[in-house]
Amino acid sequence: MECVFGMVGKGFALVVADTSAVNSILVHKSNEDKIMVLDSHKLMGASGEAGDRAQFTEYVQKNVALYQYRNGIPLTTKAAANFMRGELATALRKNPYMVNIVLAGHDKETGPSLYFIDYIATLHKVDKAAFGYGSYFALSMMDRHYHPNMTVDEAVKLADQCIEEIRSRLVVAPQNFVIKIVDKDGAREHSWRRTTKD
Amino acid sequence: MARYDRAITVFSPDGHLFQVEYALEAVRKGNAAVGVRGTDTIVLGVEKKSTVKLQDSRSVRKIVSLDDHIGLACAGLKADARVLINRARIECQSHRLTVEDPVTVEYITRYIAGLQQKYTQSGGVRPFGLSTLIVGFDPYTGVPSLYQTDPSGTFSAWKANATGRNSNSMREFLEKNYKETSGQETVKLAIRALLEVVESGGKNIEVGVMTKEGLKQLEESEIDAIVAEIEAEKAAAEAAKKPASKET
Repeated sequence: MECVFGMVGKGFALVVADTSAVNSILVHKSNEDKIMVLDSHKLMGASGEAGDRAQFTEYVQKNVALYQYRNGIPLTTKAAANFMRGELATALRKNPYMVNIVLAGHDKETGPSLYFIDYIATLHKVDKAAFGYGSYFALSMMDRHYHPNMTVDEAVKLADQCIEEIRSRLVVAPQNFVIKIVDKDGAREHSWRRTTKD
Repeated sequence: MARYDRAITVFSPDGHLFQVEYALEAVRKGNAAVGVRGTDTIVLGVEKKSTVKLQDSRSVRKIVSLDDHIGLACAGLKADARVLINRARIECQSHRLTVEDPVTVEYITRYIAGLQQKYTQSGGVRPFGLSTLIVGFDPYTGVPSLYQTDPSGTFSAWKANATGRNSNSMREFLEKNYKETSGQETVKLAIRALLEVVESGGKNIEVGVMTKEGLKQLEESEIDAIVAEIEAEKAAAEAAKKPASKET
C-alpha cells in the first residue's frame, strides 16, 4: 500500500511519498519519512521492505558522500542512479534488496532529472514515475494533466490531485504524505498532506 | 646493527625497531607542516615547494578533508599518504553508516594510528613513511582538537605542533610564542611558525583553516595579505627596539 511518485518540472523535480510504516494490519507510525536527502542536490524516495529500504538507502548515501571526499566533486544524478542500479543488480541473484526507488536530482549542467529504479534493477530516466498500488492512480492522473516545464505551483497541484485519487480510490489508502522538492538551490522538504496527526 | 633492519618484526638487541626509525627519517625529509589550535579555529599550514613550473598546483592538495568536520595534513611519503587518507575517508563514512554518528577527532586519529602500527608488526611490509596532523571539532561538544600520529603508530593531542623538515625550529618557535588565540590570530601564529623555515610568500605555503563551518583552504592572495601583515608587524617591532638601543 506504499505510494511513491515523482515528476520533473521547469528547473526542479518533485518527489511525493506516503509516510506510513505498516506491518500486516498494524500501522506503526504515520510520519515515517521515506524520501532521503542523498546529498545537497538529490532526493531518493524509496518504498518496499522497511529493513532493506533503510539498509540500501543509507549505504548509497554514505557511498555518495565518500565519492565526494575522494574526488572533490559530487556525483551527478545520472552517476548516482547508475551506481544504485549496479548495486541492486549485483545483489539480485543472491540476496535481492526489495526496494523501489524514485531518484530526483538537479545538476548545474543538465538541470533537473528523475530516475525510476525498481527492485530488479530496472533503470529508466523519466519525466514522471510512480511505485506501489497508488501508481495506477498517480500515473493515470499524471498522464492526463502533466505537461513539460510546469511551475512549482502547477506540479504541487498535480501532486495534490494524485493524492486525492489515491485517498478516495485505494482501499487501504495511506493517511499522510510528504512532498519534497529539489532545484538549483538544493533538496528540501516542501510540505506535508495530513489526515491524521501523529 | 645492519642485521636488524631487514625484517620489520625483529627487535635489535638494544630494543630498537630500525625500520620505524628509518621511517621517521623519511618524515624528517618531507615538507614542513604545522598545526595550531585556537579556541574557535584550528589552522594547518604546509610548505609548498615552488620549484616545479609546469606542474598544475591545483592537483597537489596537501591539506585534505576526511569528512565535513575533520581535516588532515601530513609530512613524508605522499604516496603512502594517499593510501592512508583513502582508508580514513572510508572509515569516516563507515562509522556514519553503522552508528549514525560522525566520527570524533580522537576516533579517526586512533584509527589512522592503529593502521600505521599494524604495518610495524606484520611480515614482509614496511611502515607508512608519514606523520599526520589531524584537526577537527568534536561533533557534539564543539571542542577543537589537534592530533599528531607518526610511523610507529603513536598519537597524542597537541595545542600546537610541527612535523617534517625543520620541525624542531618550528616547534621551538611555537613553544616560545604559543598563547590561546582565536580566529585570524590563530592563522597568523601558524603562518609565522611556518615562515621560520619556509621562504616567505603565498606561493610557498598552503594554509587550511578549520572552523565549525568546515575546512577552508586559503587562496594565495589571502595568504600573501596575511604574510604582508606579519612582515609589517615584524618591521614595526624592530623599529620600536632601535631607538631604545640608540639611547644606551
